[in-house]
Amino acid sequence: MAADNLPSEFDVVILGTGLTESVLAAACSRVGQKVLHLDRRNYYAGNWASFTFNSLLSWIQEYKAQQEMPSTESDQAWVGKIEEGEDMLPLSSVDSSIINLEVFSYASEESEDEEVVTPSVANSFPKDSEAANEEPSGSSVEPQHSDSPGDRTQGAAEPPKQETEPSEACKNRQMPETQQSNQSEESDKQEQPITRPAEAPIELNKRITYAKLLKEGRRFNIDLVSKLLYSRGSLVDLLIKSNVSRYAEFKNVNRILICRDGRVKQVPCSRADVFGSKQLNVVEKRMLMKFLTFCLDFEQHPEEFQGFSEKPFWEFLKSQKLTENLQHFVLHSISMADQEILTEEGLKATQHFLQCLGRYGNTPFLFPLYGLGEIPQCFCRMCAVFGGIYCLRHSVQCLVVDKESGKCKAVIDTHGQRISCNHFVVEDSYIREEQRTKTSHRQISRAVVITDRSVLSYESDQQISLVTVPPLEFSSPAVRAVELSSSSMTCMPGTYLVHLTCPASGSAREDLAPVISNLFHVPNSSGEEPMQGSEETEKPLALWVMYFNMRDTSGLDSSCYSLPSNVHVCTGPDASLGCDYSIKLAESMFNQLLPDEEFCPPAPNPEDIIYDGDGAPGEGASFEETNHAERSGPEGEGQPQENGQPSSESSEPAESTDSVAPETNTESKVQISPTEE
Amino acid sequence: MHGRVKVKSTAQQEEEKRKEREKKLKVYLSARDAVFSKKSNGVLDEEALQLTQQLLSSNPDFATLWNFRREILLHLETVKEEEEMQKLYELELLFTESCLKVNPKSYGSWHHRGWVSSRLPRPDWPRELSLCDRCLSVDERNFHCWDYRRFVVKASGVPVSQELRFTDRLIGSNFSNYSSWHYRSTLLPLLQPGTPSPCRKPAHVSPTASPQTHGHRVCEEQLLKEYELVQNAFFTDPNDQSAWFYYRWLLGRAEREEMISCVYVSREGERVTVAFSKLVNAPAEGLVLVLDGQPQQVEWRSVHPLFRHSPVWLCELPPGSISDINNEHNLTVHWTEKHTHRDCALYTGRLESWCRDSATDQELFRSELSIEKTSVLQSELQSCGQLLELEPQNKWCLLTTILLMRALDPLGHERETLAHFQTLKEVDPMRSSYYSDLCSKFMIENTILKMEYAEVRVFSLSDKNLSTLCHLDQLLLVTHINLSSNQLLKLPPQFAMLHCLKVLEADNNAIENLEGLYQLPKLEDVSLRNNHISKLSTLEPLVSCPKLIRLDLRGNPITKTANIQAELAQLLPSVTDLLI
Repeated sequence: MAADNLPSEFDVVILGTGLTESVLAAACSRVGQKVLHLDRRNYYAGNWASFTFNSLLSWIQEYKAQQEMPSTESDQAWVGKIEEGEDMLPLSSVDSSIINLEVFSYASEESEDEEVVTPSVANSFPKDSEAANEEPSGSSVEPQHSDSPGDRTQGAAEPPKQETEPSEACKNRQMPETQQSNQSEESDKQEQPITRPAEAPIELNKRITYAKLLKEGRRFNIDLVSKLLYSRGSLVDLLIKSNVSRYAEFKNVNRILICRDGRVKQVPCSRADVFGSKQLNVVEKRMLMKFLTFCLDFEQHPEEFQGFSEKPFWEFLKSQKLTENLQHFVLHSISMADQEILTEEGLKATQHFLQCLGRYGNTPFLFPLYGLGEIPQCFCRMCAVFGGIYCLRHSVQCLVVDKESGKCKAVIDTHGQRISCNHFVVEDSYIREEQRTKTSHRQISRAVVITDRSVLSYESDQQISLVTVPPLEFSSPAVRAVELSSSSMTCMPGTYLVHLTCPASGSAREDLAPVISNLFHVPNSSGEEPMQGSEETEKPLALWVMYFNMRDTSGLDSSCYSLPSNVHVCTGPDASLGCDYSIKLAESMFNQLLPDEEFCPPAPNPEDIIYDGDGAPGEGASFEETNHAERSGPEGEGQPQENGQPSSESSEPAESTDSVAPETNTESKVQISPTEE
Repeated sequence: MHGRVKVKSTAQQEEEKRKEREKKLKVYLSARDAVFSKKSNGVLDEEALQLTQQLLSSNPDFATLWNFRREILLHLETVKEEEEMQKLYELELLFTESCLKVNPKSYGSWHHRGWVSSRLPRPDWPRELSLCDRCLSVDERNFHCWDYRRFVVKASGVPVSQELRFTDRLIGSNFSNYSSWHYRSTLLPLLQPGTPSPCRKPAHVSPTASPQTHGHRVCEEQLLKEYELVQNAFFTDPNDQSAWFYYRWLLGRAEREEMISCVYVSREGERVTVAFSKLVNAPAEGLVLVLDGQPQQVEWRSVHPLFRHSPVWLCELPPGSISDINNEHNLTVHWTEKHTHRDCALYTGRLESWCRDSATDQELFRSELSIEKTSVLQSELQSCGQLLELEPQNKWCLLTTILLMRALDPLGHERETLAHFQTLKEVDPMRSSYYSDLCSKFMIENTILKMEYAEVRVFSLSDKNLSTLCHLDQLLLVTHINLSSNQLLKLPPQFAMLHCLKVLEADNNAIENLEGLYQLPKLEDVSLRNNHISKLSTLEPLVSCPKLIRLDLRGNPITKTANIQAELAQLLPSVTDLLI
């Protein structure tokens, strides 16, 4: 590995390739700092990563393996590297930021060519995660009872009807698996007794089997973190300001949906939506427009909300001449406020939402093609263009702390090399418990669902939607779902990828399973087929579901760690919809590191960069290739070092006149361009 | 280490760019010269095609080159096979497409594309339509593209219903787009009720024809859908004018029937005055005057030398033809162009006679909005009322409400109309003069109606803030008019249409111009107290009024002029009763 001959001196060493770390790396590198950017994983972006279906299964497997044999923190061979007057501070080699991972597959187990004759009932039995892990070439893993839902006490939030059956079914499945070679037939036989023969004709061509998911697995880019970009949020601003936007393409989120009384409806939020909405009468249209127009410059009309400054936003909404329907839309989908939010904050959130409208489309949001995991990589790329060095699967074992100054002088990497640095930036999950002053964490509940159709079908099946599911109880948080179609390049054609997120109150499954069974048809093995024409058959079928909790460290600051002053901890993704928290964090950290430098000034056009030293700029840049390979599956390609080969971009120069004007066809891709305004 | 980035300085960049520009210019100029020399030598070869392409791709607005290109292509048509031409023209399409990418509003490129499409042996119209779609999705207001689209639709016979759906889509994505609404207004009249998607033959489609000329043309079911659509738009954004304009078109603006609305004949002066329902140039309309069965040779003249087109025309009959008070005469005016005529009998002992349709008979002043089914208008008025409750300050809504009220019952809604006008002037002060004029117009209409109902020839409209005069052709028969205490600035030339006028009262205005007091044969008494008449020349038109005996000019600046009495006596010798 080329890592053997890493330079031994850097200005900044950054461990972890999540969004905040990557932005910081790009920012430092851009102003001439020597940056070494490392990640212990074999993929970019850490908890911000996107995975193909197959690589997600491997990721799940790794997680399971780690759960089974928790590797202990081992203090290794750094002793020889420590000099007198120095202390060492070990880092954690175990990532414990993901917990409560559970996987259920409801897709048919038949091989693809059988799918045409498969009765629907046989397709719909739940399986636990172990079956899901059986890749064509994979090895069989023993079931892990600790994780299977059958052993879990049922969450109180679950609807009673579903309470016993799914767990029953899962228990059934927990018999030792046979070898994977005849797996599918075996399971068919096993399931025979509890499935009824097919009675009703079913839409055969639409059936998506598990084998199909695996075969088309590369078409998926499944994000661990589900976020959108506010089109006037700090991430978009930064992408434009720094010229990093040239590395990415985006899709407009087309629809804002809300699930109310078990029905999914479109929320009219732009002028065009309000105009076209069939569910509002003309007076409601006027009232909504009037209210939204007021929100746009609410600061100018303080008299309108005078008495409400200490009262919650929803009370203010009630006082306006808005119908209940409209109050609901504004509260949950436009301001996305929770129940406690005060009037002014709610107005501000509504205003921000509205200001974002129309910049790139009819909703305020953008989603990056190929998944959110692209974004940290774009910043890494920028860092590499300006000389940053990249090593994946390469970590830091410990910090070398100067006893006298109490500062971190150097780090010792996993190869035992000592690398000195002025600043050390590290993602939270690398920090050992001993260095934390606060040990309890908030959690984010996440679920990923692969479905066979949209929660609200529409003329075009290529919609990207944000779905808000308001809480059933007044106090609990709303669940946010982002439904991606294959046009976002995150799932195979014919499927939809749904990301659900909410602040955790229990395990992810406890928090989200009720919402999932509300939005989707989740089959169970008891043979209870939804009646034809019943509500269940109209819901999308859940083909595959994954639950997990991610640690939410966003509330932590430097006082929560006992670390040298030049060690900076990047907290992970927060639970909110936008990326603003992480970007603002990166900027404030940058200002701390390099108070006199500008944060991400515009990068010059590639043709204006003069390369000295060895040779011409690498056409068809190496980073491009790696990126690509990365996308198609992390395992296998080591390529840990991106040795600073500056990459010249093939993408068009920033002043291209082709930049898409706002309010264009929403079907098209969006290229964020600095010349746009 | 390698990979350290140095960025070129701006001076370096500038210098490079300058050199680049110079180089480009040199190439461009030499190509241009080459093309011009070919053109003047009549060389129509493919090299010239190549050169013009090179030039046009950097400057697609070079019209001469497009013309030359067409010359070359026409020449090539004579020497090449159809198949070859098809290929060549397809390349032309690709080329114009790339030019349009450079400048999507290039006249030359769009025109050339249209030309090529019409020359193309086997045109691919769907492709052209999708080009329009793409282009309009980038800029929905690109009128070049709208024009081209209409051309393509016409040439390829795209069904009206499909185009209607296209406008649905565009309006759905942004309803502040008058192009789409307008296109809709051209399509709807073509949509036949009952035939879902009539495939129109190009010849029948005349999308350029103004929608206003189609009388009442949209079937009711479709009309109700349109009302719903447009209401959605103006309830969503009442300040957007495109929807309101479309709405007004929908509510209709019926054309008045072309007819002779009045024939007036007077023994004294042996004069015939004819009023038409629109402005005409009578000598060119083939008017024939028949008196007692005998066609007459007469000379038609308008009421004022300024008018070549006028709704009122007059002629003198040969001397002695009707002056005999003891005879009855029958008169007919034929309007041969329009196959219409009007009779008028002048009975024994009468000095004058007329024949006409009254304004009330014609529901004349409702035609601003059509005589649509009253129930429909009534419900539209309710919708506007609903919006007005929510948006009491919205000018479009106020104005439309006024129009609807006028269409339904002008006299019954007079008071509300005036109140709305008052609000309009307050919320939209920039257009307060427009509203004053419009309000004046409506007040005049109402007064005419009242006069008609009362069957009198006296028109009195004092102290009503009139800022302008109109519908004067309707006052042909009026003998007494009172316009006192308004805000009139002048008596316009149209005033000369009041051919029966004897007494004019227009005190307390701001009149400084009397052009319209011209050749009024019966005018005897003019009162213009407290106006702005300051010059003797202003009074000159009165010289042409033979019967003027009383003139009141008190309170005008002119009275301060020295020696005015004598000068006036000299100017207007017929005036015996002069008050100054």
